[in-house]
Amino acid sequence: MAVLRVKFTKTKRDKLAQVLWILNWISVVTGAILFSLGLFLKVELHKQGEVMAERDIQYVPNMLIAVGLIACAINFLGGKICYDCVDTTKFLRWKLIMLPYIICTFFFTFCVLVGALMCYCMHWELEESLNLGLTEAMRFYKDTDTPGRCFLKRTVDMLQMQFQCCGNNGYKDWFQIQWISNRYLDMSQKEVVDRIRSNVNGKYLLDGVPFSCCNINSPRPCIQQQITNDSAHFNYEHQTEELNLWMKGCRQALLEYYTHIMQSIGLTVLITWLFELSVLTGVRYLQTSLENVLRQGDPNSESDGYLLENSFMETARMNLNIIKSLGKGNQIDTATNGDPNINVPSTSKAHYGPDNVPPKQITEDS
Amino acid sequence: MVVMKMKFPFQKRVKLAQGLWLLSWCATVAGATTFTLGCILKTELRRRAEVMDNQDIHIVPNTLMIVGLASLGINYFASKICQDALDAGRFPRWKNFLKPYFAVSCFFTVLMLLAVIMSYAMKGSLESSLKAGLRNGIRFYKDTDTPGRCFQKQNIDRLQMEFQCCGNNDFRDWFEVQWISNRYLDFSSKEVKDRIKSNVDGRYLVDGVPFSCCNPSSPRPCIQYQLTNNSAHYNYDYQTEELNIYLRGCREALVNYYMGLMNTIGAGVLSIFLLQGSVLVSLRLLQTAMEAVAGKENTEIETEGYLLEKGVKETIMEYLNPVLKFFLLKNQVEEGSAAATTAATPTPT
Repeated sequence: MAVLRVKFTKTKRDKLAQVLWILNWISVVTGAILFSLGLFLKVELHKQGEVMAERDIQYVPNMLIAVGLIACAINFLGGKICYDCVDTTKFLRWKLIMLPYIICTFFFTFCVLVGALMCYCMHWELEESLNLGLTEAMRFYKDTDTPGRCFLKRTVDMLQMQFQCCGNNGYKDWFQIQWISNRYLDMSQKEVVDRIRSNVNGKYLLDGVPFSCCNINSPRPCIQQQITNDSAHFNYEHQTEELNLWMKGCRQALLEYYTHIMQSIGLTVLITWLFELSVLTGVRYLQTSLENVLRQGDPNSESDGYLLENSFMETARMNLNIIKSLGKGNQIDTATNGDPNINVPSTSKAHYGPDNVPPKQITEDS
Repeated sequence: MVVMKMKFPFQKRVKLAQGLWLLSWCATVAGATTFTLGCILKTELRRRAEVMDNQDIHIVPNTLMIVGLASLGINYFASKICQDALDAGRFPRWKNFLKPYFAVSCFFTVLMLLAVIMSYAMKGSLESSLKAGLRNGIRFYKDTDTPGRCFQKQNIDRLQMEFQCCGNNDFRDWFEVQWISNRYLDFSSKEVKDRIKSNVDGRYLVDGVPFSCCNPSSPRPCIQYQLTNNSAHYNYDYQTEELNIYLRGCREALVNYYMGLMNTIGAGVLSIFLLQGSVLVSLRLLQTAMEAVAGKENTEIETEGYLLEKGVKETIMEYLNPVLKFFLLKNQVEEGSAAATTAATPTPT
C-alpha cells in the first residue's frame, strides 16, 4: 500500500519535470541568498567582535554559509536531472543516481532546519559572550597606553554613540570601575588622594560617565559628572531625569540588534526549508512515476507516482533489515558447519519428460 | 563649407546603424544613471538642509534629473530612427521630425555639460550658504523650548559627531555664543551672575564646547569645559592638544564632503556626456548618408555623410533666423508701411 499515490499521465509528467526544473533554479537562487545571509551575519558579528568574549558563536554563520553553498550545488544538480527527465531515454542516465540524490537531499533539508533553529538558539550564548566582553572592555577603557588595548576606549565610545547605550546593564556600571587613567589624575591634589584612599582597592571611582553616554535628545547640555548629586546642578533630579544620558545598557542594545537580525535570517531559512522540501517531494514523485513507466515498457502510458512504495512501517523494517545484513557479509552460516558444498535435500521434483517416466536404471548384471 | 564629410559605402552604413542601435541603448542606461545620480545628490543635500541657508545649490541635482529624463527620450528615439534608417520605405517618415529633434538633443546635451560646470562653480555659493546656516544653528542651539527650533540642538550634535567637526570655522565659535539655556543656569549663584555681568550683551559665555565636539580617539577622557585654562586640568596644554576635541570646522567638513560627492558625480556625468554626444554625431552622419540614398533605385550605392551642410556659423544663423525674424518682423512691417506712407504722401501734391 503506497504512501500518497498519484496517477501521472505523460503530459502531467512532462509538466512536472519542467516545473521542477524552474523550481530547482529558484532554489539555487535561495541557496545563494542563504550564503549571502551567512556572510552578512559573519561580518556583523566581526564588526563588534572586540566587545564579545571568546564564545562559540561563529558556528551559526559558518553553518549558514556551508548550507547555502551545498543548497546551490544540490539544486543545480536537481535542475539538470529534472531537465533531462522530460525525455525517457535521457532519464536512464540518471536512474541510478536519483534515489541516492533524493536521500541525500532529504538529510540535507534536516541540516537546513537545524540551521534555522540554531539562529533562534544563539541568543543565550551571545548574551553570555556580550556580558563578559563588555565588562572586560569597560575595565580596560582607561588603558589607552597599553599595547593591544589602546583602541578599546575608541571602540567603547563609538559603540555607545552608535547603539545609543551606556555601560553594560546601565550607566551605573561606570561608577564601579576606574575609567580615568592615573596619567591624567593630579596626585598632588587632596581631593584626588582622598577619593583613592576611600576605596578599598585604591581605585579612583566617581559618579561620572564618559561623554559617549550623553543623549543627544536632551534639551539641556549633558551632565556627565556628579550625576547622583542633585545639588551640583541647577534644576536637576537624577531619579526622574531620563533624557540626559542613554538609559539602555549596551548588552541589551546589542542583543536586541543581533536578535532582530537573526530572527529575520531564521525566518528566511525556514521558508527556504519549506521550499526545498516541496521541491524534494516533486522530484520524488517524478522519479517514482518515471521508474514505473520504464517498468511498464510504454513511455506514453499512465503511471503511478508515490512517496513510498510500501507503507511507512514496512519501508522502515525493510531498510533496517538491509542495514542489519550489511554487517553480515563475512559471517559463516552455522547450520552447514561452515562447508558450503554439503548436500542439501532438493525440495523440487525432477521432471522426466511429458509422460514423466523415470529412465531405466542400468544394472550391473544386464 | 561642409563639416566632417565622410564616405559611407553600403556595408559601412549597415554597421553604423547597428552600432548606433547598441550605443543608443547604452546611452539610455546612462541617462537613467544620470537621473539616479541627480536623485542621490538631491537626497544628500536635503539631509543637511537645516544647516543650509538657501537652496541655490539644488539647481545642480535638478538639472541632472531633467537631463537624465530627457536623455531617456532622446536615446529612445535615436534607437527607433536607426532601426528604420536602413529601410528605405520607413525612413522618410522621420524627415520632418529630425531637425527639431537634433535641436532639442543638442540643447539637453549642452545642459548636461553645464550641470557639471555648475557643480564646480557653485562651491562658493554652497560655502556661504553653509556659513550662514551653521551660524544660525549654533546660535539657536540652546533654544530647545522654542517651537521651530527645538531640534537644532539634536541636528548640530548629530552633525558634529557624524562629520567629526566642531563649530563653524572651528571650536572657538562656541566661545562666542551662549549655548547653555537660561533655564539651566542658577541665577542665585555668584559665579553665574559675575559671568553674565562681565558680558556686554548679558550673555553667559564659557570657554567650553558641547559634548558632541569630543573626539573618541582621544586617549584621555574628554575635556569640554575650561578649554583655554591649562591649570584647570592635570597635564594639559590646550595649544598643543590635538586629540581632545575635533579641531576641524563643520563648514569645511561639509564643503569637502559635498565637493567630493559632486566631483565623483561630475566625472560620471562627463563620460555620459561624451557617450551622448557620440550617439548624436553618429545619428546625424547616418541621417545625412541615408538622405542621399532616398529616391535612388539602387539603395546600395556609396553616399556621403556630413555633420553640417554649411559651416558652424551659418548653421547657427540658419536656426536663429526664424527666431530673430519673429521678433524683428514687427519692426520690418512698421518700417515698410512708414516708407510706403511717406512715399505715398508726396505724390498727391
